[in-house]
Amino acid sequence: MKGGRNSERIGMGAPRSYQTEAIVIKQIKLGEADKILTIYTPGFGKLKVVAKGACRPGSKLGGNVGPLTYSVMLLARGRNLGIVTQSQTMEGFLALKNDLWRMAYGLYILELIDSFTVENSENRPLFDLLLDTLYQLCRVDSNEIVLRYFELHLLHYLGYRPELHRCVKCNSPLKPVVNFFNSSQGGVLCPRCSQNEPMSRSLSVDALKILRLWQSCDYATAKRVQIKSELSSELEQVLQEYMECLLQRKLRSMTWLRELKNIEPLTRLYVNRRENLLKP
Amino acid sequence: MAFIAEPLARLIGEFNKLPGIGPKSAQRLTYYLLRSPDEEAKALAEAILALKEKIRLCSVCFNITDCEPCPICQDRERDHSKICVVEKPSDILPLERTGKYRGVYHVLHGAISPAQGISPKELRIEELLSRLQDGSVTEVILATNPNLEGEATAMYLRRMILPLGIRISRLARGLPFGAELEYADDVTLSQALEGRQEF
Repeated sequence: MKGGRNSERIGMGAPRSYQTEAIVIKQIKLGEADKILTIYTPGFGKLKVVAKGACRPGSKLGGNVGPLTYSVMLLARGRNLGIVTQSQTMEGFLALKNDLWRMAYGLYILELIDSFTVENSENRPLFDLLLDTLYQLCRVDSNEIVLRYFELHLLHYLGYRPELHRCVKCNSPLKPVVNFFNSSQGGVLCPRCSQNEPMSRSLSVDALKILRLWQSCDYATAKRVQIKSELSSELEQVLQEYMECLLQRKLRSMTWLRELKNIEPLTRLYVNRRENLLKP
Repeated sequence: MAFIAEPLARLIGEFNKLPGIGPKSAQRLTYYLLRSPDEEAKALAEAILALKEKIRLCSVCFNITDCEPCPICQDRERDHSKICVVEKPSDILPLERTGKYRGVYHVLHGAISPAQGISPKELRIEELLSRLQDGSVTEVILATNPNLEGEATAMYLRRMILPLGIRISRLARGLPFGAELEYADDVTLSQALEGRQEF
């Protein structure tokens, strides 16, 4: 995925400043008051830019350049990194920032984008998917479905689409029986071929059907699917293992999501009771 | 650095490890100390040693202190039924400067950051919850930073403290003094509107 066209556009001869839509995916502090932002843009893919003075209380950039923000930015070309000269928030995703669960889902999505993409590599469909997913997370309660849908389509747009229709070893069509998913081979193995593959994990008929459906449908259809918790965790584990196999490391924000799941049963009851009492 | 005397090279190397000090600055500091009177160099060395030997964390609030417990926790004039939770020891200073708060503190030593892999277990959250168990605390003020990590930490703490039935408050968020409405972001403006007060 070499961004030849983009390299030309931001290379020599390009204008000194340019405007772009951007979703802020990460920020780190630089010195006393500056920030280095990792942003995802439709035309240039992932970029690292400097937001000068963004940590100061009165900064004009301030809240417009935090993670989980969709903005229009004016960027000036710097020697090494671009510099954000102006930023106007298009969508602050308040619903994600005001809810512990939704924020955790949003940060997970951002970590996936940051981990799987390289700088200066244009991928417009991926930008659209990211933006759409953040809006979906604000709207619906079936967020696990949104995450799985995002993961499947992210893999598709990056060239890692898992093969779910034919056995990745013998190429025979998969039958409606318990098959096996092999992360290192990027798809499903039929029961016969899986015998010599100890690293494969079983994949139920329902899980395979749902993965196939989500791979080819839109969000509206995907959300209509009703799945039980066992099936949901099976789908999560299959995709998790596949992504971790591709990245060769664990996803940090997934660890946080799992921790949240552990504390949730203890506190949900109290939180709901208190919120009901506070309602007018 | 075979052409530099070993003690010189050693000190240059040690200065070089400090944040913001490059090799040139490290050399300048070392040669300055070499030329300065013996007492000055000794005073610096003693100050560094005292820092590591005497400074510890308060066993109650985990603020940095040289006595046990820290002066704020020892102060009987302060309201011990209110605990203000902050991310870093340096956050206490601006709050104290306001002169408006007479309660005590609890320092978490960080904020939850899923992206950097900082989980609640790495913060002083367990210790805060055990401080709240005896029923003497009536209010917890969450003064974490108004950014994504600070918000995540505040929301997590809220979930953990809520079952204890203690009042939880959060520092107000809105427009800072000297800011311009035109450049304010949506989140800040909407929070400023929600938190507007009778004038």
